[in-house]
This record gives sequence, structure tokens and C-alpha cells, in this order.
Amino acid sequence: MSLVNSILDVEEQILIKPDTTPKAPAREPGKLSGSQAVLEAFIAEGVDTIFGYPGGAIMPIYDALYDYHDKLKHILVRHEQGGIHSAQGYARASGRVGIVFATSGPGATNLVTGLADAMIDSTPLICITGQVYAHLLGTDAFQEVDVINITTPITKWNYQVTDASEIPAVLAKAFHIAKTGRPGPVLIDITKNAQLDKFVYEGYQRCDHIRSYRPKPVVRKEYIEEAAKLINSAERPFILWGQGVILGKAEKEFKAFIEKSGIPAAWTILGASAIPTDHPLNVGMLGMHGNYGPNVLTNDCDVLIAIGMRFDDRVTGRLDKYAKQAKVIHLDIDPSEIDKNVKATVGVWGDCKETLPILTALVKGKQHTEWLKRFNEYKQIEEDTLIQKELNPEGEKLTMGEVIHQINQITGGNAIMVTDVGQHQMVTCRYAKFNQSKSNITSGGAGTMGFGLPAAIGAKFGAPERTVIAIIGDGGIQMTIQELGTIMQTQVNVKIVILNNEFLGMVRQWQQLFHDKRYSFVDITSPDYIMVAKGYGIEGQKVSERANLQKAIKTMLDHQGSYFLEVMVGKEDNVFPMVPQGCSVSEIRLS
Amino acid sequence: MQKQEYTITVYTENQVGLLVRIAIIFSRRKINIESINSSPSEFESISRFTLVIHETEDVIKKVARQIEKQVEVLKVYYNTNDEIVWQELALYKVSTDEIAEKVQVERLLRQYGARAVAIRKDYTIFETTGHREETQRLIDFLSPYGLIEFVRSARVAIIKASSGFHEKLKEFEAAEPGEEAVENEYLGKREELFSM
Repeated sequence: MSLVNSILDVEEQILIKPDTTPKAPAREPGKLSGSQAVLEAFIAEGVDTIFGYPGGAIMPIYDALYDYHDKLKHILVRHEQGGIHSAQGYARASGRVGIVFATSGPGATNLVTGLADAMIDSTPLICITGQVYAHLLGTDAFQEVDVINITTPITKWNYQVTDASEIPAVLAKAFHIAKTGRPGPVLIDITKNAQLDKFVYEGYQRCDHIRSYRPKPVVRKEYIEEAAKLINSAERPFILWGQGVILGKAEKEFKAFIEKSGIPAAWTILGASAIPTDHPLNVGMLGMHGNYGPNVLTNDCDVLIAIGMRFDDRVTGRLDKYAKQAKVIHLDIDPSEIDKNVKATVGVWGDCKETLPILTALVKGKQHTEWLKRFNEYKQIEEDTLIQKELNPEGEKLTMGEVIHQINQITGGNAIMVTDVGQHQMVTCRYAKFNQSKSNITSGGAGTMGFGLPAAIGAKFGAPERTVIAIIGDGGIQMTIQELGTIMQTQVNVKIVILNNEFLGMVRQWQQLFHDKRYSFVDITSPDYIMVAKGYGIEGQKVSERANLQKAIKTMLDHQGSYFLEVMVGKEDNVFPMVPQGCSVSEIRLS
Repeated sequence: MQKQEYTITVYTENQVGLLVRIAIIFSRRKINIESINSSPSEFESISRFTLVIHETEDVIKKVARQIEKQVEVLKVYYNTNDEIVWQELALYKVSTDEIAEKVQVERLLRQYGARAVAIRKDYTIFETTGHREETQRLIDFLSPYGLIEFVRSARVAIIKASSGFHEKLKEFEAAEPGEEAVENEYLGKREELFSM
């Protein structure tokens, strides 16, 4: 953060010696510095990748990292926000804990957006921030910011370490908290003295129990039995699933449940990809820009079974007109979610990896043919009035949907799709094909523009064997475009597709529909992206004609290394269907 | 649902910063904390917060779950006033001259259950303990004689039906919850959530 400023720091000045051959600091037997203890903890927890940015207050950890670079890969990002979004992408693609380093002050405050995003989207992260010396706390020292209090509402847990000897136990606790129960971000703020001080190291012990923390509730069978009773007597049961299925690694259990019960199932955008898109019981996407049938029929089902989802307002629309006719079964690992937005008739608190098999055993094998047919009827209406026009348009201008459709044709649904936030995000979630879990990485609850590019970088590190395609709008890319520098330096292979409509499209759509077309500051200009990409050594091209689209996508996917594809799409295209804010899900509009 | 006074009892680890974690759960929802007290509990190393909130049961229930979700919170209870025994302590500073001259101090002490905790030449400090109305009555009485300073503590409350935290703590300390542990208590006692 502050190479210039840190010259003011006298102690660091003394550390700069003319001898250019770096030497490992002498290790006293049995003793480790706090910094070394941090890295030892990472190794013990199986961490392989860290996303970070150095600075004055975290320099001791970076100094220690110099000796660990063969065991721990550090990705130098271009901005701490890029670092934390990368770690989120890594975590979401790999199912592991994402690690972030940032320095004190502005380094730490730059993590705030990513922490809020990870908190609401339940992404396991550990952020290590440097902090000024303990004796300087509260003195308004250089680059001192009260990071703990700033991040309290947006971390699952946070803690300030002021004594080196605390580090092994605190990090063990951090890993346990971040990845168990409903996962979430943890921030550990370590004062500089705690990083530097040496203490007698007695090894690293994983933490698997904290007395005040109950991540894994005991499964109470009576509630599952009650749920099964409701399901067995239902005529029009409907399943909504969310990311809980993916976070709980319960994709198989979930699939077994829907296949035995024969119940149609729809997903939230974070739950997407838990079962393949073309599964016959997968009836599509929920919510504001979700599919027609799932939205309308939410208000027609008799039993609604919510699994690992939290009834976000973008999913429910107007709450007092949401599924009022239905009995609601809610399975969630987080008790505070049950009854929070939608009152549950039966709440099943537990890890769905454990609760689903019990439920599956209790439900009768059925086929809801008639009921499923109704979903298909709505699907047909949506196909005819809207989807066909979007995927195979007759107009001159390219549509976002056809770009995604063309990508599907080539990838077959095997790629990880990472999106930013806005129209392109909704279109990608609607039309991208997914064959395997953890394939849709997007900023859901927080709606963080600028998420896409860094998250895609992280996703590639998290799942190096998979193709990672970032779909980003012309607004979002300009929020974190500096991360092209990270791609340049690491040579990570990410395919970047910009869907450029020369507008902040989603806001423009709302202004068109709800503000009399008063286009207030949504007209955004773009740089010559291809030239920018070239400046970073990334190949690319711009496409405006339909005739060139397929070939361009193929070129991108065949290209060795990262590629930047800019696609010019219709300026004033809208995303439909849409449940206007304040309306019931059954009032969904097709145009 | 009618708003009413609820007393929330929170058992927590004794950890710096936990007060903030609890307080922001209320401020985020623009709920006023009428009174908040932090104290040791019957168990060493475990703190006990007592909060007074004026809200509907629905809101209290949700907020209580949010508090219990915090990693270092062990258990949350919420109760209406008839389920608890509670006290608040108040201190009153008055001019000794005024009070000695114009008031029958013995009567005042008897009538208001007050104690004189400090008597100096220039001022006297009285103390009462009781419910809000009781401490308020003494203010009303003393005001005409020049109340120099007044302060009232937060509410402290004991839950009538509680058998303490020892048993609960044993459950929490067990690495693997045993058969007896009522983990899904929320769901088990849907209607009387957090009450005992």
C-alpha cells in the first residue's frame, strides 16, 4: 500500500540493508515469530493460495512468506478489493477457504465490500490484516484504522491479535468458524509487534470445537417426519433450493431426494448448478428475472420446500402475497433464517447433507406428472414469447442471450461461468448451461459490481482444470479493470467476455420501466478495451456482427491463455421476465 | 402484534468487542436499547448481558436468534416482565442543608426504601433499588429540594424459571453433543421460544 509512506517508518528504514542476497532470518530452536506461525497454520490447514497486497503493517508476514514461497502461492493483486473477490472466486470454485492478506488502514478498508459480499453469500474466507504496533492502538497512528469495529457487522467472526503466542489458536479457531456451519468471512487483525515477536511454538492444533459455537445442530427426526408427512400428502409440492445444497456438499443427496419424490425444483442464482440444467425436474430459476413457471406456480403450490435458501426479497417479491396458500417446509443450517422472512410450517434445522437422506427415506416415491406438466406449459409460453427471440434473434443487434447461448454450444455447459452484476448477470444465470456443481459464481446478496473479473481469476486458481469464463458488463469491468494486471503477471487463463451495451443497463432498464425513461447518468463510455487488454499483454477482439460471434467465441476458448472478447449488444435491450419491485411473484411480466 | 417490554438475557464468552456485536444487531434495525447491563454470571468466565427492549415478540424472536448466531454467544433468553424478577438501582445527590432542614429524613428513608450512602457537610447521596416507578417516585419527591445529580443503573434481572447455566454449560462444553442436548430447541418450543 505504502512503499513511499513507509519510508517514514524508522524501524523499516533500519531493515533496509545494502546486502542484496536475501537470507532467511535465523530461527531460534523451538521459537517462531508470529508471522511464521501464521504461515505454519496455513500449511497445516492445507492452504495453497493466498491473494494479497503488501504494505507497512503486514511486512513481517510478507518477509516470512519469502521463505515459504515454495509451499504457499501468493497472488499479487492490484487492489485489495480485487484480492478479496479473487479469494471469494477461489472459495466458490473449490469449496475451500479463500485467504486474503492486506495491510492496515486503507488496505484493510478496501476489503470491506468483499467482506460484505462474502458475508451475505456465505463464502468461507480468512482475511489477515496488518495492524499498527499494539502500543500505538488508538493513537491515530499512521495507517491505523479500527478495522475490527468497521468489519464487525460483515464478518462471521473477527479478532485482533496483539500477542504472537495467540496466533496458532486464533487461526485454528478462524478456520473452524469460516468453514463450518453456515460459512462466512473471518478477519484476523494482527498488530505488527505480534507478527514480529518470537514465542515458543508448540505446533499447530486444529480446532474442532468452540463451546459457544454450534455449527452443526443435532438433527431432530420428528421435524423431518412432520415434513415428510406434509410432502407425502401434497398434490402440488414445489422445491426451492439455494446455495446451501452446494455449501453442504449435498448435491447427490439433493438429487436423490427430488428424484425419489418426483417434485419439481427451482433454484436461486446462488444455488444454480447444484444439479444439471437439463435435469428433467429442474424447472428453472426463481426470482425477479427468473423463469415464468417457477414464479407463477409458487403461488399455486400446496407445499413449498425450501432447502438451503433464505427467501431473499429478490426471490420472494412482495412478501405478503408470497406462497400464502402453501404449507412451508424450510431446511436450513442457520436457525436465524427459519421464520425470518417466510414463516415455516415445519422448520428443519440442520445440515442438509444429513437431513436430506432422512427425508428421502421417509418420502414416498412419486411422479407429479400433471403438476410438472403445468411447469412445462409455462415454460413453453416463455420459450415462445421471449426465449426464442433472445437466443435466436432476428434483429440486427446481437443480444446478450445469444452470446451465452453460443458459449453453451461450444462449452457444452462444462465451464465455470463467473458474472458481475447487472443485466448480463441475469441473462447468464438464465441461459447458461451447467453440467456440474460450483459452476455459477456470482455476487448474489450484495450485488457487487466489480466482482466478476477478480472472482474469475480466483475461480481459475481454485479450479485450474476447468475453463473459467467471466461475463461482465461495460459498467462492472471498469470498477476492477486493474486486475488485468494480475492476469498479466500470473498468466492465469481466464476468458473475459464483455457484454457492452454502452449503458449501465440494469439501472437504465428500471429508468425506462419505472422512471419514464429519464436516463439519469446511465450513459457510460468505455475505453478501447482491446487496446487496454493488449496493454496488459492479453489478446482480444471486438465483435459487433452476428456472423463473427461464434468464431470469436471459439477463438477465445481455443486461445492459449487469457482472452478478452468484447461483444457489442443491443443498447436498450431489457431483461425479461421481470417481477417488478413491490409486486407478487405471480405478477411476473413477460414484456 | 403488540409492542411490549422484553428483557433479553445473553450468556456470552468474556470477549472484547462482543458488546458491539450485540449492540449493532439492534442499531441496524433501528431498535432502541432501553437499558443494557453487562455483568459476571453465576459461572466464572461467562458474562451475562441484560437488555431491555420495547418491541413486538416477532421482532424480539428474530433479534434473539441473530444474537445467538454470534460465535461467542452461548445462549439467549427473552422474557416478559411477569417471567422475571428485576431491579434497577438509583442514586440521588441533594444538598445536605436543604434536605436536613426541610425533610424528615427518617420518614423519607422508610417510605421510599432509600438508604443514605454518603453524608457530607455539603451533600448527601441516597440510594434506592426497585422498579422504574419506584425510583421515579423518589425523584419526584426530591426535585423540589434541588436534586443536584441523579443516575439510574441498567436493569438486572433473574429469570424466575431458570435453573442457572451450569447444566447448559456442560452441554456446550461437550465436544460432541450428547443425547440429552436439546440443540434444536428453537424448533422444539416454537411458541415459548427462549423462555424457560
